[in-house]
Amino acid sequence: MRMPAPDDGVIARRREIIAALRAIVPGEGVIADESELRAYECDGLTAYRQLPMVVVLPSTTEQVSQVLRTCKAMGVKVVPRGAGTSLSGGALPLADGVLLGMGKFNRILDIDVANRCVVTQPGVTNLGISTAVAHEGFYYAPDPSSQIACTIGGNIAENSGGVHCLKYGLTTNNVLGLEMVLMDGTILRLGGKHLDAGGYDLMGVVTGSEGLLGVVTEVTVRILKKPATARAVLIGFPTSEQGGDCVAAIIAAGIIPGGMEMMDRPAIHAAEDFVHAGYPLDVEALLIVELDGPAAEVDHLIDEVAEIARSKGCCYSRVSTSEEERLSFWAGRKAAFPAVGRISPDYYCMDGTIPRKALPLVLHRMQEMSDRYALRVANVFHAGDGNLHPLILYDANKPGELERAEAFGNDILRLCVEVGGVLTGEHGVGVEKRDLMTDQFDEVDLDQQQRIKCAFDPDGLLNPGKVFPKLHRCAELGRVHIHKGELRFPDIPRF
Amino acid sequence: MTVTTVKPDSAVQAADAVRWALSEGTPLDVAGSGSKRGLGRPIQTAYTLDLSGLSGVVAYEAEELVLTARAGTPMAEILPMLAERRQQLAFEPQDLGPLFGRPEGQGTLGGVISCGLAGPRRISAGSARDHTLGIEGVNGRGDLYKGGGKVVKNVTGYDVPKLMAGSFGTLTVLTELTVKVLPAPEDVRTLLLAGREDAAAVAALTAALQSPYDVSGAAHLPAAVAARSHVRAVAAAGRAVTLVRVEGFGPSVTARVAALKEELGADAVLDQDESRAVWKEVRDVAYFCPSPASAGEGRGGGDASRHVWKISVQPSEGPRVAESIRWALDAELYFDWGGGLIWAAVAPTPDSATAIRGALGTAGHATLVRAPEDVRTTTEVFHPLPDPVMALSRRVKESFDPCGILNPGRMYAGV
Repeated sequence: MRMPAPDDGVIARRREIIAALRAIVPGEGVIADESELRAYECDGLTAYRQLPMVVVLPSTTEQVSQVLRTCKAMGVKVVPRGAGTSLSGGALPLADGVLLGMGKFNRILDIDVANRCVVTQPGVTNLGISTAVAHEGFYYAPDPSSQIACTIGGNIAENSGGVHCLKYGLTTNNVLGLEMVLMDGTILRLGGKHLDAGGYDLMGVVTGSEGLLGVVTEVTVRILKKPATARAVLIGFPTSEQGGDCVAAIIAAGIIPGGMEMMDRPAIHAAEDFVHAGYPLDVEALLIVELDGPAAEVDHLIDEVAEIARSKGCCYSRVSTSEEERLSFWAGRKAAFPAVGRISPDYYCMDGTIPRKALPLVLHRMQEMSDRYALRVANVFHAGDGNLHPLILYDANKPGELERAEAFGNDILRLCVEVGGVLTGEHGVGVEKRDLMTDQFDEVDLDQQQRIKCAFDPDGLLNPGKVFPKLHRCAELGRVHIHKGELRFPDIPRF
Repeated sequence: MTVTTVKPDSAVQAADAVRWALSEGTPLDVAGSGSKRGLGRPIQTAYTLDLSGLSGVVAYEAEELVLTARAGTPMAEILPMLAERRQQLAFEPQDLGPLFGRPEGQGTLGGVISCGLAGPRRISAGSARDHTLGIEGVNGRGDLYKGGGKVVKNVTGYDVPKLMAGSFGTLTVLTELTVKVLPAPEDVRTLLLAGREDAAAVAALTAALQSPYDVSGAAHLPAAVAARSHVRAVAAAGRAVTLVRVEGFGPSVTARVAALKEELGADAVLDQDESRAVWKEVRDVAYFCPSPASAGEGRGGGDASRHVWKISVQPSEGPRVAESIRWALDAELYFDWGGGLIWAAVAPTPDSATAIRGALGTAGHATLVRAPEDVRTTTEVFHPLPDPVMALSRRVKESFDPCGILNPGRMYAGV
């Protein structure tokens, strides 16, 4: 993975750029000291590190606008950053770029229970929104596993998901409005407390654009009433095929559980060893199916799910009878990543989505790859929506293992695309999967996406080097080849 | 002007047609079945690109919760296919044919998504955009490209399918769509509250939506509108009627209805058939469809000469906006989306757009859904956008359709 070559001309003007930023954001809002810059050298994808040229921490929308306008005028690249929890390197700095940290935007602006929404600054954490409305019995539904640290602004950039998104949607399905700043400093407001923004769904394309289209400075999200009850069933299967069949049968029965997670044997064992959740160790696949809603509904469906599991040949089934027990079912799953971290010096988390019916094939092929690369793999799986998280175990201190782990990961993602799925279900492309984009998209598809980028940021200064494997100049992409009079009227029925 | 209709029967042919139009510099009127032709600004082109030949479901896998179909596939083919597997398009697509004086059941999947039309369940399940997972289509350069994916969870690259929803064919000639499909509710009931004023009604709807009982429809029909319902219990109330829908598994619906009835002080509960019928009316704006009964009356929402507005507003502001509109204009209206959507049938006057948009302020946006062609030429059909958003929208349009070949001006002049 290579980042765009740093522009020596820009680096040579570093002092001048820092002075310009200090004129906008006074005092400690501009960080130029190398030891302090170190804190920003990577995000959650720690395999890639780069010191930024300078960090700026604005605290008002007007400052963000001035920073971007100034950087554009000086031809300087900008990398926006929330909490830096991206697992795909979305906030990886550039040696010749300004890192724009949004951490000071940390206030909730308006809790509007009548309209069932919250207006917040983007640096507020995902969990912070739920906490702020908990006293009213509400919560914000998308719950990425980093929710204690990740910010809502970062969630917008990545279109973050979580274990409940099959039923409650991704970030994009829960955002009502945005204020954002374009690279030229223009401040825009899209949507609001009402439903549907007028005109094109610009909010829809900005959400999940990985910081390439604009910098979000205010967010309006919808909040939901907390479900009255939640209960979970823990179901074990002798084969992963049966586990997959059970998931399909639950959905075919018209049930959309609040959460439906699956773990394979290595993940089950790692989790059980770590948190002693009481998981059965003699199964190949373990499902956690959580049903939430009114008590009458949950009680009705939990029996249905248990019955479906029996009909699909489960060899273990336990229904939670208390809140404590339900949480213990989740404790293992939620600790799966650190649990794998305990049994291996390093692990690499993948994030492809597949049509669920391809699960047995994908697991089988993944095992073959595991043998070939001589690296172990543990699987946790958002089973309801087909989002796989294979965890590749490796040791970065052993020469060549990181490269092998990455090659293994790339093979897994190519396999996801091959069976009709996609490269990333919730972690984003970032730098990590950038060079695989051509496996999922043809050049013509990527060109159209880059033209959208040109509409927002014609100079390509915002977060370059992410998402797109090849950067084209907008002028080149915009050229229209017209063959005046050369084309015959096509041979198509007309009347 | 004679209009030549070009009817491709493959995506490749559609691309050929766009390339030809590009080379001739002649814009295309991009249409599915044409059932919603009356929606949007009128456009004049010498050629119509009729996509009804691109028809047929390509893949439907109920357990995967996805359906892929060619853009011109009739909804009348898709909806029964989903119903057979007890699934649905959860955003409750509207059928606006009858509002425009056409038969019902004429729309296509491409048309529904392109117009971004969602019904009462919008409040809980999201809109058409939330269910559009993947697209294939021809941009204004004649390139056949794809965007999004064919699985329910995907963040790979920009979310191009979202941009397509509600773009009225101005960005891309859609040739194929992949949409999310979800289980259809096993049962449905509706709580009915009679005789509430707008503000009290919206307060009741708000309470229902703030409850943990998963309300999937929240509408208020003032007396004159309720009287026009074909559901006896609604029309016979003789007063304003406030409706709260509860859907799901049988035992769950029973329990939730009982709890809500108590909390809201509901006057009656509509059964499954009555519920389905009344929510279809609310969904399709049936109260303002031209009806023989009201022909020539010159008054009332059923008069075909009335202009029909769709007004999206933050729910708490709904009653105030409604009051302002009634004060300024001869308007009949009703609420959906818990007070956040106002459908208004307005007696034609030149200043109705100004009055409605003035009443709204910055609290939402208003679309002129039905009006004669000359009115739609001179009035902004879609809500005027703030300058920076309009400028960006123009650049987005150019990024797909640099020469303005596709439905130019259908949404905004020059876009």
